[in-house]
Amino acid sequence: MADGINRTARRIPVWPLYILGVVPALAEYALGLTGRLGVDPVKAIEQQLGLYALQLLIAGLAITPLRRYFGINLLRFRRAIGLLAFFYVCAHLATWLVLDIQLLWGQIWRDILKRPYITIGMAAFAMMIPLAVTSNNRVLKRMGAAAWRRLHRLTYLVALLGSVHFVMLVKGWQLEPLIYMAIIAALLLLRLDFRRMPLARGA
Amino acid sequence: GLPGAGRAAPDITRLKPNTYEEITTYNNYYEFGTGKEDPAENAGAMQTDPWTVEIGGLVERPGAYGMDDILKGAPIEDRIYRFRCVEAWSMVIPWNGFQLSHLLDRVGVQPGAKYVAFETAVLPDVMPGVKRNVLEWPYREGLRLDEAMNPLTLLATGIYDKPIPNQNGAPLRLVVPWKYGFKSIKSIVRITLTDSQPQTSWNMSNPGEYGFYSNVNPEVDHPRWSQATERRIGGGFFAKREETQMFNGYGEEVADLYAGMDLKKFY
Repeated sequence: MADGINRTARRIPVWPLYILGVVPALAEYALGLTGRLGVDPVKAIEQQLGLYALQLLIAGLAITPLRRYFGINLLRFRRAIGLLAFFYVCAHLATWLVLDIQLLWGQIWRDILKRPYITIGMAAFAMMIPLAVTSNNRVLKRMGAAAWRRLHRLTYLVALLGSVHFVMLVKGWQLEPLIYMAIIAALLLLRLDFRRMPLARGA
Repeated sequence: GLPGAGRAAPDITRLKPNTYEEITTYNNYYEFGTGKEDPAENAGAMQTDPWTVEIGGLVERPGAYGMDDILKGAPIEDRIYRFRCVEAWSMVIPWNGFQLSHLLDRVGVQPGAKYVAFETAVLPDVMPGVKRNVLEWPYREGLRLDEAMNPLTLLATGIYDKPIPNQNGAPLRLVVPWKYGFKSIKSIVRITLTDSQPQTSWNMSNPGEYGFYSNVNPEVDHPRWSQATERRIGGGFFAKREETQMFNGYGEEVADLYAGMDLKKFY
């Protein structure tokens, strides 16, 4: 089955992904502007864009385990997935800044410094900037593969912080954000090489 | 007509109520789910007739009061109140209801009573949310007796002259317009007069964020949300944020209740 998926995946070009990938964001705004997102469209869009960003981060983190454990190779789509995740984080942030908090910079700055979930969200956004900037072949070549890979391990922290942001912003311990956090934690744990753990080596 | 209530708030006459749809499709009622649309979708199966409220504790005439009995002679009024959620959004709601003081007078408050405690129904068969421990059920709220007796404090039975919908807390809910919305407990099944401060659900769950008083106060920040401004629901995409008012604009009616108290400490 893995071979079949790999054969098909090789035939699919990557570039349409960039176009298809932004459609949900535009659709969300279209739904909001036409009154089909309930009575608080701004919050609905803000939340949905954030969810898409987390889902794309999860998709990006799933690529390596899929290859390692199932032999499914979707590596060629990973850059597009990562850049789309950055696009959704930017859209999520822009919606908060412009439509929700409405560029009240005093309040925005206080929120970033004082509200831990916003501090964490902003930190995750800031960490994505170098990742997005280096997501092209030219920079990859100049940096060298090893340094590039080291830098892009920041994705692990970004995804984790993104899920913490979600867990913290809801009232009470709600199930949905905890599920996102568990999936991200699981995808990160799968990267640990258990054979190289000190305990396993001793045995 | 609301004697002594809306009269003093200067902008009450220019308050434009939110639409029935806005008020009844955007609710926090975690017993029916944590999404804003969940209560409207899930609350339909709750039976609110018959309905009984256990009134007890330090009262002269304790007992199980049926809704018919509670409503007998209750002076139902129209009250258009601002409603401010701790999540920094707000609405204007045209309630129908009667003053809580009316009911408390009827059951007779004993001299030793200092607080009023309330509980929401827990109906696992029709409330999907109570299977999860988002909060400890039943939902609990409380007021100091003088807050409860204030003429602004309402037991609501309707919205826009229609019976209050389940998702808004049928058949009987509290409305305390100068406090954050979570104080206005829904679908009340128990009212207990006590001599000590009762436990309240959000305070039990996160005491650093939710105090017993929870008065609307733009100067006391919630750890996660600035309370300085609010978004009016229903303004659409480009509605400007509004400045939050002290006591949600009801300072003239209620500020005296807190004379001499440090509201940063008693938040």
